[in-house]
Amino acid sequence: MNFDLEKFKVHGEPLIYGAMISIALVSIGIVVGLTVFRKWGWLWREWLTTVDHKRIGVMYILAALLMLFRGGIDALMMRLQTAAPDMKFLDAQHYNEVFTTHGLIMILFMAMPFIIGLMNVVVPLQIGARDVAFPRLNAVSFWLFFFGAMLLNISFVIGGSPDAGWSAYFPLASLEFSPTVGNNYYSLALQISGIGTLMTGVNFIVTILKMRAPGMKLMRMPMFTWSVLITNVIIVFAFPVLTVALALMMFDRLFGSQFFTMANGGMDMLWANLFWVWGHPEVYIVILPAFGIYSEIIATFSKKNLYGYTSMVASMLIISLLSFLVWAHHFYTMGQGVMVNGFFSITTMAIAVPTGVKIFNWLFTLRKGRISFTTPMLYSLAFIPIFTIGGVTGVMLAMASADYQYHNTMFLVAHFHYVLIPGAVFAVIAGFHYWFPKVFGFRLNERLGKHAFWWIIISFNVAFFPLFILGLKGMTRRMYTYSAETGFGPLNMISFAGALGLAIGFVILVYNIYWSTRYMPRDENGDPWDARTLEWATHSPIPEYNFAVVPKVKSRDPFWAMKHDKQPLFEDPITKIHMPSNTGKPFVLGVVFFFLGFFLVFSMWIPAIVAGIGVLIVLAAMSFERDHGFYIPADKVITTEQKLGGGTV
Amino acid sequence: MKVDTSKPLEYGTHENSNRIFGFWVFLGAEIALFATLFTVFFVLVNRFADGPSGSELFEIGPVLIETFLLLTSSFTIGLAVHAMRHQYKRAMLVFFGITLLMGLGFLGIEITEFVTYVHEGATLQTSAFLSSLFVLLGTHGAHVTFGFLWGAAIMIQLMRRGINPATANKSFIFSLYWHFLDVVWIFIFSFVYLKGLM
Ligand code: HEM
Ligand SMILES: [Cu+2]
Repeated sequence: MNFDLEKFKVHGEPLIYGAMISIALVSIGIVVGLTVFRKWGWLWREWLTTVDHKRIGVMYILAALLMLFRGGIDALMMRLQTAAPDMKFLDAQHYNEVFTTHGLIMILFMAMPFIIGLMNVVVPLQIGARDVAFPRLNAVSFWLFFFGAMLLNISFVIGGSPDAGWSAYFPLASLEFSPTVGNNYYSLALQISGIGTLMTGVNFIVTILKMRAPGMKLMRMPMFTWSVLITNVIIVFAFPVLTVALALMMFDRLFGSQFFTMANGGMDMLWANLFWVWGHPEVYIVILPAFGIYSEIIATFSKKNLYGYTSMVASMLIISLLSFLVWAHHFYTMGQGVMVNGFFSITTMAIAVPTGVKIFNWLFTLRKGRISFTTPMLYSLAFIPIFTIGGVTGVMLAMASADYQYHNTMFLVAHFHYVLIPGAVFAVIAGFHYWFPKVFGFRLNERLGKHAFWWIIISFNVAFFPLFILGLKGMTRRMYTYSAETGFGPLNMISFAGALGLAIGFVILVYNIYWSTRYMPRDENGDPWDARTLEWATHSPIPEYNFAVVPKVKSRDPFWAMKHDKQPLFEDPITKIHMPSNTGKPFVLGVVFFFLGFFLVFSMWIPAIVAGIGVLIVLAAMSFERDHGFYIPADKVITTEQKLGGGTV
Repeated sequence: MKVDTSKPLEYGTHENSNRIFGFWVFLGAEIALFATLFTVFFVLVNRFADGPSGSELFEIGPVLIETFLLLTSSFTIGLAVHAMRHQYKRAMLVFFGITLLMGLGFLGIEITEFVTYVHEGATLQTSAFLSSLFVLLGTHGAHVTFGFLWGAAIMIQLMRRGINPATANKSFIFSLYWHFLDVVWIFIFSFVYLKGLM
């Protein structure tokens, strides 16, 4: 095999060398640190091989936070590049790579994993289960996501990042117009993490439908669990479409097939359709759980039960159905005829109705509630007006005829950030603050939390509101520079200032984690917010078996009923508890998949075949393994419970 | 592990019935996957560019044998599960083995077919129609290949460990998978081959 180092190189730019050096330094730092403090064994035993849903959830969230910063730095670079006319910070190619990876990372490797992380931590607890249905599969999901994300991340320094936008439209993304390996990375990194996501979907559907504590009927499930169930159904139906689309893209780019080509019968619009049949539901995959999170938080901090529970569930079901019927609103202007545009225009606008129902339900929940303005509650309250702006501008865009005007302008960019940031980012941050004490046993500092909140909320509007105006003035999307005569300069500068403010807000948020870990007092009873649902009925931090005794549910908000109506939750005696044992195979599978992806990106066939066989070997090893888990004996459960304060029994 | 003897062995434990349910959910995803592939095929089916069309390429003979093999193997895996329920280990292994051999036969014919197509100048690169044909058939074929390896691993476990809740559960899930591949093939047979020959 001829080994050609050239293709791994990216064109010499100071930024990329900087990134290379910082990646190398961080990696060396981690390796040295782990060795000096003798933490390798600990890392392996406690984290890399874990099958505990809480720990997997924490790893998802950590990875997502890292990716938030990576995607955020991309965003800052873009805003800096456009802050003033004729900037020379990034060149056109580099700008393309940056906005592409920014979009991909933010949606697929930040928002979605953050949500999957929260659902891993919370859902089994909310339904009173000891674990998810398939703990080992859960670890497989995580490691596939993680190594898929890593594969995309190294593209920046090895071979070059994808550059055809996060939607990778053809023919732009074809070998002919994007000859670097960037879009190979796109197809393989997304494929690997996508398989992980699909497995999560299967796992959580079974978990929620089959593992609920006795008495927890579907219509007694907490709203977050409901939103997660619906989300996972969307995942199971939407992700296979992505799998196919990415596979076809890979065939076109690596093996010269003719799916999306301009000649030989290929059809570039086929890609746009496949991509958005997945892509639009994907937006709801990140937004529906956010609705669930806000519902929990608003109910808890209004000291009331959620208003309109049934209509909340119904509206989510309707949204999930509609989400599959609107995909073509992403390409009204690509010549698909009036009837088609009309249909998609109407279905798109229809989504506003169930969404409106939800907003009114939250407002009614707040009404006459005893509201406490904690940090998670502030994010939830700020979400309502900001998301409404996003929604209204969305309806403006949904009108096919009007879209010819705004299409591909900064107006669109402003719109989707006004939807995604309150609808996904604020939600995961709110959820993070809300459930943090559950997992770690202490709260985040409220004063720092509110500082970060105000920085983030205000800067967000400073960063994105000007883009609406810029869009209406005609500044197009994905434009890396402009001349002074356009007059776009001042608003772009304001927007850059907003982006800097956002960065400061996020830094405060992370500093808060550090500060609180050191100085915040520890909770005693596991219920710092006087909350309503089952996850608060166990200790903080959570024992590995979640509940010493499986709760018996008799109403919605069972924990509230236990505290305030003296309705007993834990009636059975403590017995031995069955647990799954840890395994390193999911991690190894992730590593092998990473190499498989990497070799395919560079068309290194022989190593790729070896890695492919490696995948099969790990799968076989998993199949042959006989593992019945282990039991925690009853007396050990009792001692643990006493040590933790004996709250539950 | 508690085994509930009132149910078939493969459903015997809580984990087992969860696995079966989970596999049904996964099959839902597989349906979405093949539905997408079929859609792609239907969209591109008349885009021959300068390459051959289906009617110039397909021959009914080998396809009928493929269909026969796959349909029969779906029947024999059913027999294997039936034998399993009666704890007839040897009969189960025999039917299981026949199933896998027929799967192998199917693959052999499919590969020969692909080679002939390529010799006739019909490659993945020739036209959009052929790209979608090869990828649709290839995905199904890859599923059969994977099924063969997976089934072989289960057979080894059955031989070594006998019929117990774990192996019974795996065998049953495998049978669901195999039936599913059969159903997909019926669609391929009707909408790709028969329709293409018309
Ligand atoms: C944190 C502050 C953020 C800033 C300052 C920011 C800024 C930007 C900018 C400047 C663009 C490119 C505009 C262009 O040149 O076309 C962009 C595109 C995009 N952003 Fe963000 N963004 C932020 C956060 C997010 C988040 C949280 C998400 C998703 C959850 C997101 C999703 C996207 C997507 C999908 C694109 C389109 C990429 C493409 O055109 O292919 N952004 N963002
Ligand atoms: Cu959409």
